[in-house]
Order: sequence, then structure tokens, then C-alpha cells
Amino acid sequence: MNAGTTSTNGMSAYEKLKTARGGRRPTGAAYVKGLFHDCMELHGDRRFGDDAAIVAGIGWLDDQPVTYIAIDRGTDITSRMAKNFGCPKPEGYRKGLRLMKQAEKFGRPVICFVDTQGAFCGADAEERGQGQAIAESIMEMLNLRVPVISVVIGEGGSGGALALASANRVYMLENAVYSVISPEGCASILWKDAAKVADAAEVLHITADDMKQLGVAEEVIREDFDNFDAMCEGIRTQMKNDLAALGKLSPEELQNARYQRFRKFGIFEDKNAKTK
Amino acid sequence: MPTLDTLIDKVKAVVSPEVIACTACKAEFPKKQLKKANMICPSCGKHLRMDARSRISATVDAGSFQELCTGLKSEDFFSFPGYTEKLERAQKATGEDEAVVCGKAKIGGEECALFVMDSNFIMASMGSVVGEKITRLFEYAAEHSLPVVGFTASGGARMQEGMVSLMQMAKTAGAVKLHSNAGNLYITVLCDPTTGGVTASFAMLGDILLAEPGAQIGFAGRRVVEQTTRTKLPDNFQKAEFLLEHGFIDAIIPRNDLPAVLGNLLKMHKKTQRKQGQEGTAQ
Repeated sequence: MNAGTTSTNGMSAYEKLKTARGGRRPTGAAYVKGLFHDCMELHGDRRFGDDAAIVAGIGWLDDQPVTYIAIDRGTDITSRMAKNFGCPKPEGYRKGLRLMKQAEKFGRPVICFVDTQGAFCGADAEERGQGQAIAESIMEMLNLRVPVISVVIGEGGSGGALALASANRVYMLENAVYSVISPEGCASILWKDAAKVADAAEVLHITADDMKQLGVAEEVIREDFDNFDAMCEGIRTQMKNDLAALGKLSPEELQNARYQRFRKFGIFEDKNAKTK
Repeated sequence: MPTLDTLIDKVKAVVSPEVIACTACKAEFPKKQLKKANMICPSCGKHLRMDARSRISATVDAGSFQELCTGLKSEDFFSFPGYTEKLERAQKATGEDEAVVCGKAKIGGEECALFVMDSNFIMASMGSVVGEKITRLFEYAAEHSLPVVGFTASGGARMQEGMVSLMQMAKTAGAVKLHSNAGNLYITVLCDPTTGGVTASFAMLGDILLAEPGAQIGFAGRRVVEQTTRTKLPDNFQKAEFLLEHGFIDAIIPRNDLPAVLGNLLKMHKKTQRKQGQEGTAQ
């Protein structure tokens, strides 16, 4: 198989990467505001602290209450510093998990927004079990008895993104990217040259179109930030349609559908495969 | 049929036996002696890395191992620079198809499903095949109500398979949950090194988390953390002892004690034992 390297809007993977990281893109909090009304933000993981990199709470998707969990990079230098530029710490993922379980208790759908270079990289995050927090988030998210939708709005950086994207449906904005490793990291491992980012971005297959082709994402959403309200209206319609379809499934069917969604990934040769 | 290369290797081994230096105290020992000592340094006790087959024979009851989930081979579907050659080299060096060996065995007389990762194979990074083998093993164990014992060691997700490798984290985590929801036991033994996407998926999801002494266990690599934060980290950072101190593992078990410890834990969780317990509380 060979996924296309130039995507539908003609931009290269590297141009998309730069666009996805662009400072003027709407952040997670903007989508929460644009999509839901009368929101109540909820704080803290009840274990250690409150991570400002993750904005979460309950809001109304028209007439339906939903739990939202959004990675937010911040909009100016002060908020970006407070939010570690959108790199969540373990307490952020644990806040997310707490609110997912709360949503499950009250039968609310969960909507996540992903926009991160990756989980926070630091001694304190490691001390508090960054790997364990992500692992638990992925596993429990897959097992939720309510519908889950995730939207990659900018950068989907590795495990730190997957922790909030183990969903029934995944949408990607057209210039958003999703990658197993940062193209910089890949370039420095592969060519010992972090400057070869553009080559790494191509070979890693990180664009929204790649994700659609691989089955990592179901929908690619057109970006129109100049008409953000109209763009949000479109996303809202998509979400409502998907939630209506998912709402027809029993809790067990929702769990099983999510398991099967991820179970299918893997490209390999199976010598013992039964010929059909 | 032996190839010329393997014959040359055999002759070399007789003429000048291979010597391995301990990564901690630097003392040198013949490979044969170290292998006999389960790769534990006779001089300082450092637990050196171990290949999957040696690990299996050091852990399970003699002759009880039956390999499962075989016949899967990785593919270079993104034509990623150097991947095909890397796979071939690793296959030749280890004699394994991939970075994890799965099967069924007895430990202390107790039956279990077993997976053992081999860091000699592309740092046991997780691509499609590693993810698939582990998932199939958990599905098999769930179907047959078997506990799973897993020895982890990995550099993380396999970047050569792009997002398909990242998806293996969710696939394996889902399989762990499937197995767990049916009331089955999963014990992880975290070995040196367990990092990245493997730490952040099935490695940390055991009911009981054990680690070998001195094993490096973390999400972000130590050097990456040092470079990103421009700080010098203490020597014990991300070591098994550090995780125990911070409450992230249950116990550190020396390699030679593992068969007895695992056998006892498996016995404690036998379904017949549990049934008695449940009846006890009901009365």
C-alpha cells in the first residue's frame, strides 16, 4: 500500500505540519466555545492537581448535554506557559479520565479535542507516571459505555494524543496532522539531522488524508477559520448525526465497536492465514 | 541447512569464545558463563538484558513451553528508509521472526499464557506484528480463561510503521481490557528497558506490576528529558527502584526469584481458590 503524499488541497505534509502548529489557529477552548453553549468547566484530577493544558467540563450540544475534554495550547505567551504549550501532564490525563467515567455514569457522550506536540516531557511528569496515565486513559476510553468522538484540530502527537483519541469516531481538520513521532525526532534518529523535517514528514504519513486512507480517521473537516461560526455549525451537524447513529447501539455494542475499530489495525504477512 | 555464515560463526566461537562485559561494573565474562548465570553479572549482580528464548527457559517449567501466534512477518508498507534491511538484520541476529515470542507454559506447575519481548530485535519496538501477537495472545487467554504473564522490554512504538504502529497501543490496551473484564489475571514483569508506547499501553496495565532490579522504565527517554529540560537527572531516574518509591510498581523481584514468585501469584489467583473465597464471604 502507498498512501498519497500530496493531499487534496495541494499542500505537502511539511506545509501542513507548519500550518497545524500555526499560532493563529483556534485552540481547543475555541472549539468548546464555538460548538457548545452554557458550558461548565470542571477542574482537577482529585489526585494531585489541575492541569491547565486540558480544559474540560460539561456543555450543551444544542439540546444534548455532553462531556468535553480539550487539549488547549493557549493563545498568548502567558497562557501558553501556564498550559505548557498544550503538553499535558499525568494529572491532565487523569482529569480527563475522571470526567470520562463521570460521563459514563450519567450516560453523556464524550467529545475530545486533540492538539498537542505530545505528552509533557519532564522529570515531574515521569515521577507521576506519565506512561501509566496514558495507558489507563487509552484502556478505559476504549471501554466506555457511552459514545466517544475525538477531533484532531491541530497536531496529534503520538501517545499523548491517542490518550484522548481512542474513540468511536475520529475527525481530523484538513490541515491537522497525526504522527507516531515528531518529524523532528524521526529526522534526527534516521538521518542524524533534525533539519530534514520535511522528508520525515513525508515518509511518516501524517496528513488528514493519510489518516482517512489508513482508517485512523473517519472524517476530514474543511478549515474555514474566517467563518469559524459556520465551520462550527458544520461540525455540530456532523457530531449530532454521528451521536444519533451511535446512540442506537447498546453500551456493550459501543464498547465492542470501539474494540473492533482499533483491532483491525496492522499490516503484515500471515503465513498461517486461512484462505477464504 | 547451515549456511557458510553460520559455519564460520561456529568455528569462531570455538577458536575465540565470545566475551561479554557487564554494562555496570565492566567486568568481562565468557558469554557461556554469563548465559548459565541467567545474564546476572557474577561480580556486581547487575541484571543484564536477556534474549527471549533464554528468558523462557529460565522462567517456565522445563519442557512446558508451547509457542503460539507464529507465522507473522512485518512488511515495509511505507517503503521507509532502511526498514527492510533493519528487519533482515534483526531476524538474522536473533533467529526470531519478530520482537516478541508468545506461547503457553507452566510456571510452578500453573498454566499461563506468556509473552516475552526481545530487545535484541530492533529494540523490541512495537509495530503491526508485535501488536498483533500480543493482542492474539490476550484473546487466546481470554477464550481459554488463562492468566497472562508478560515480560516487557521495548524502545516504544516502531516509527517505521508510522501511525499503524501507534494504533497498536490502543489495540493491545483493548485486548488487555477484554481479558481483564472476564476476571482473568495479568502480571507484567517490566524488564530493561521498557519505554515509550509500550510503557503507555499494555506494559503498565497489569493487575500486578513487577520489575527486575535496575530496569529502566519510563515514557519519555531519559536523554530526551535531559535535553528538553536542560537538567541533569539523578542516577536512579526511571529505574525500577525509582518507580517503586513513587508508587508505580508493586515489587522488584530478582530474576532468579521470578519462577517461585510468579508460580505463587498464579496459584493465589486460580479460579478454584477464588471460588472458595467468594463462598467464604457469602456465608
